[in-house]
Amino acid sequence: MATTVLTTAPPAKAGAAGRGLISWAALGMAPFALFAVLFLIVPTGLLLIRAFETPDGGITLDNIAEIFRQESILRSFWLSIEISTVSAIGGAFFGFFIAYAITLGGLPPWVRSAIMTFAGVASNFAGVPLAFAFISTLGRVGLVAFILRDWFGVNFNATGFNLYSFLGLTIVYLYFQIPLMVLVFVPALEGLKREWREATAVLGGTNADYWRYVAIPVLWPSILGSTLLLFANAFGAVATAYALTGSSLTIVPIQLFAQIRGDVLNNPGLGYAIALGMVIITSVTSGGYILLRSWSERWVR
Amino acid sequence: MKTKSLFAWVIVTLAALYFVVPLLATLEYAMRQLATGETPGWFFLGKAHSFDAFVSSIVSPRFQVDFLRSMVLAVAAIVLGVLLVVPTAYLIRLKFPGWRSPVEFITLLPLVIPAIIIVFGYSRMYLATPWSPFNKSPFATDVLLTFGYVTLALPYMYRSVDTGMRSIDVKTLTEAGQSLGASGSRILFNIILPNVRSAVLSGAFLTFAIVIGEFTFASLLARPVFGTYLQEIGANQPYEPSALALIAFFITWACMGLIQIVGRSRGAAPAR
Amino acid sequence: MAYLEIATLKKSYGANHVVKNFDLNVERGEFISFLGPSGCGKTTVLRMVAGFETPTSGSIRMDGQEVTSLPPNQRNVGMVFQAYALFPNMTVADNIGFGLKIAKRPASEIAPRVKQMLDMIKLPQIADRYPFQLSGGQQQRVALARAIAMQPKILLLDEPLSALDAKIRVSLRDEIRALQQQLGITTIFVTHDQEEALSMSDRIVVMSEGRMEQVGTPFEIYNRPRTRFVASFVGTLNLLQGRILDPLSGRFAIDGGQEIGVSGGFPGAKAGDAATLALRPEGITLGKGSEASNCLDGVIEHVGFQGAIVRIRLRCADTVISLDAFNSPGAPPPERGASATIAFGRDLQVLASA
Repeated sequence: MATTVLTTAPPAKAGAAGRGLISWAALGMAPFALFAVLFLIVPTGLLLIRAFETPDGGITLDNIAEIFRQESILRSFWLSIEISTVSAIGGAFFGFFIAYAITLGGLPPWVRSAIMTFAGVASNFAGVPLAFAFISTLGRVGLVAFILRDWFGVNFNATGFNLYSFLGLTIVYLYFQIPLMVLVFVPALEGLKREWREATAVLGGTNADYWRYVAIPVLWPSILGSTLLLFANAFGAVATAYALTGSSLTIVPIQLFAQIRGDVLNNPGLGYAIALGMVIITSVTSGGYILLRSWSERWVR
Repeated sequence: MKTKSLFAWVIVTLAALYFVVPLLATLEYAMRQLATGETPGWFFLGKAHSFDAFVSSIVSPRFQVDFLRSMVLAVAAIVLGVLLVVPTAYLIRLKFPGWRSPVEFITLLPLVIPAIIIVFGYSRMYLATPWSPFNKSPFATDVLLTFGYVTLALPYMYRSVDTGMRSIDVKTLTEAGQSLGASGSRILFNIILPNVRSAVLSGAFLTFAIVIGEFTFASLLARPVFGTYLQEIGANQPYEPSALALIAFFITWACMGLIQIVGRSRGAAPAR
Repeated sequence: MAYLEIATLKKSYGANHVVKNFDLNVERGEFISFLGPSGCGKTTVLRMVAGFETPTSGSIRMDGQEVTSLPPNQRNVGMVFQAYALFPNMTVADNIGFGLKIAKRPASEIAPRVKQMLDMIKLPQIADRYPFQLSGGQQQRVALARAIAMQPKILLLDEPLSALDAKIRVSLRDEIRALQQQLGITTIFVTHDQEEALSMSDRIVVMSEGRMEQVGTPFEIYNRPRTRFVASFVGTLNLLQGRILDPLSGRFAIDGGQEIGVSGGFPGAKAGDAATLALRPEGITLGKGSEASNCLDGVIEHVGFQGAIVRIRLRCADTVISLDAFNSPGAPPPERGASATIAFGRDLQVLASA
């Protein structure tokens, strides 16, 4: 590779600059490699390795086993899985229809770009500010409570709805899950060729035939992959939950948060094991997303 | 055709409601704070409102310090990110196409590995150990925090710059520069960089948006930034958090809008 | 009554008139090409026949039935798209049998028909492959089989060869024509490639800017172009501009002074009128020719050796004439700058202005 660049350089410079060119190039990659190693690979790898270490340096699977022994930790994982699953499926469901509406729904083009821009913003709006936005909306003295009371005479708080609960957190999560689905899925919808629908029509098929035999089968990997991505996204999120429910809703990231702050579990190894568990879950689901996406791209070419 | 459009409009309207109402609610909530003795702004839902929460939150000295720190960190993360990513993407396109897959994999890692895990690693490796330079002073920890932000933004910055480089013929531009006698770094900064300007700016605005609202890293590295300040006053103050949340939202919106604008204008300098 | 009757078909998008007054009768089993540059409206007419676009006015009748407002899935037409449009999630066999499947035909009927189609396109071995595993040419043949499997009344092909390599284009062209003749399906073929249109069609419709310029057999279109557009779009053309000297005898002076004669004269014109004559390069020979032929003197401007053909450009005052000469191994082609004389017949085409 390096030689091709050399031969195109003017002959007079070939000698000195030629050698300089090679070493400069390799040196050019060094900062990135160094950064990635020092600030991404090693810190994370360190945690994962320590998950298998005893306090005095031996190798053990005990930390991991501890996860399954502690009821509260298992419940945390289960809670995280639940919230991630529900918000992923909900996000995928609503996101699908919004994506459909703006691509194939026959709407004017400005609607599509406005919604895509907003989706870009909203998917980044996770975290602390989002929590406060929803407290203002669905909290005990939020806007919805007052509108229901003053305009409809309904006592919002008597319905038993509690924003600081599983349901509440899920509703809040949807605020960035749905836009993420829209962003990720719109390209898949745009990949549906118009000619497929027309080909179905000339072969005698109705709209329903098209969706049943062609569109949905072609879209299926993207739908599944996007749902997996949403799952991974929700599973790793902590700031929103922390700002909204504090430590009361013990999802795994919150557990980990407390553990990092101060060793509340009294067992550093357990902390590392929990981190390992999180990484495995998010890697598998994110990996699934990437795999499915490359599948569908190969098909549709 | 018509029924399909109607269905689509209904969906979009309902979606707009779900997404806009919380923003309106935040605005309304934030406006409930009244400075003592001040006449209310206008009446809605029978209650008095004013912009006082916005004013008082911005005027607070602690807010200004923390927000400024966020801004500085964001700029530092952008600069560092560009310095890291642009030469790397360039070299991969030009000389080391075989490195493409591993590098892309690395840039995807911050998306796969949650932020809390990464900062957990930082915490144990760079804060808890005696030989690390990063726990020697608050400034040193700020540096570590910047590195963390660069890592968080890496996927977006790399993808943006890489896409920009794909659309210009890097190889030919380089060869043209070499045949005119330019050295490597000169080619990179005077020829390549100006042509991927819009891609770099897109990555920069995304980084800015990520850093401004970020909470997890800053909180666990114990550095006071906008995100941590927001969470703190959320526990103490009733209305200011909502005002600040809205401000944060609009900053993010502005960043996204700027990305659209620079994305539309071509990165290359026009011929004169 | 023709098999396909298109009457005063018009299509406009607001103020943009894409198709202006299209009239055509197609006989059963005929192979008709719509030929024209991009944007001339040929694809729009095709899509109106298929039912994907609704005409602004006019009517379409197929096999005696009025189909103008019928949706595409009820017209029983077959369509082959430029981008193949095979369903990526189905095998080749499933693609071909798809029309029959949604028509709820039993499997016992679908399987032999699919096999028959695969044999017809000479690709029996790829039945279980997926579209992404096939080459462009193979995909297009499968698309053809898929369209024909339904035994459509009319087969519509929208620039099916444009996305393929030149070599495959030529072989597939012959295959499509052979298949069409074997099955006797009425076919409309849209293309911008004149070679395709000329070699495949029973008749050609040349279109430009939404209008039909000329309808005729390939021979007619090529040798007797009726408008300047047709003459210049199809094949290379020499344009001789000048003034009529004598409309009865056909004497004509080209710009620059030299005189030639046109058999048949210029009916309806008078002496002194300006006119343009069309002349094909292959109709011109180097040298003085016979007594009865026309003769022009000039200077050779350019000699392009293309192997079997030598394309020579001759300048006669203001007019530049292209002629093709066969390569002669014994005699080298003339030199640039040399004087030369060319000869051609009197049977020249007079072009309608504009």
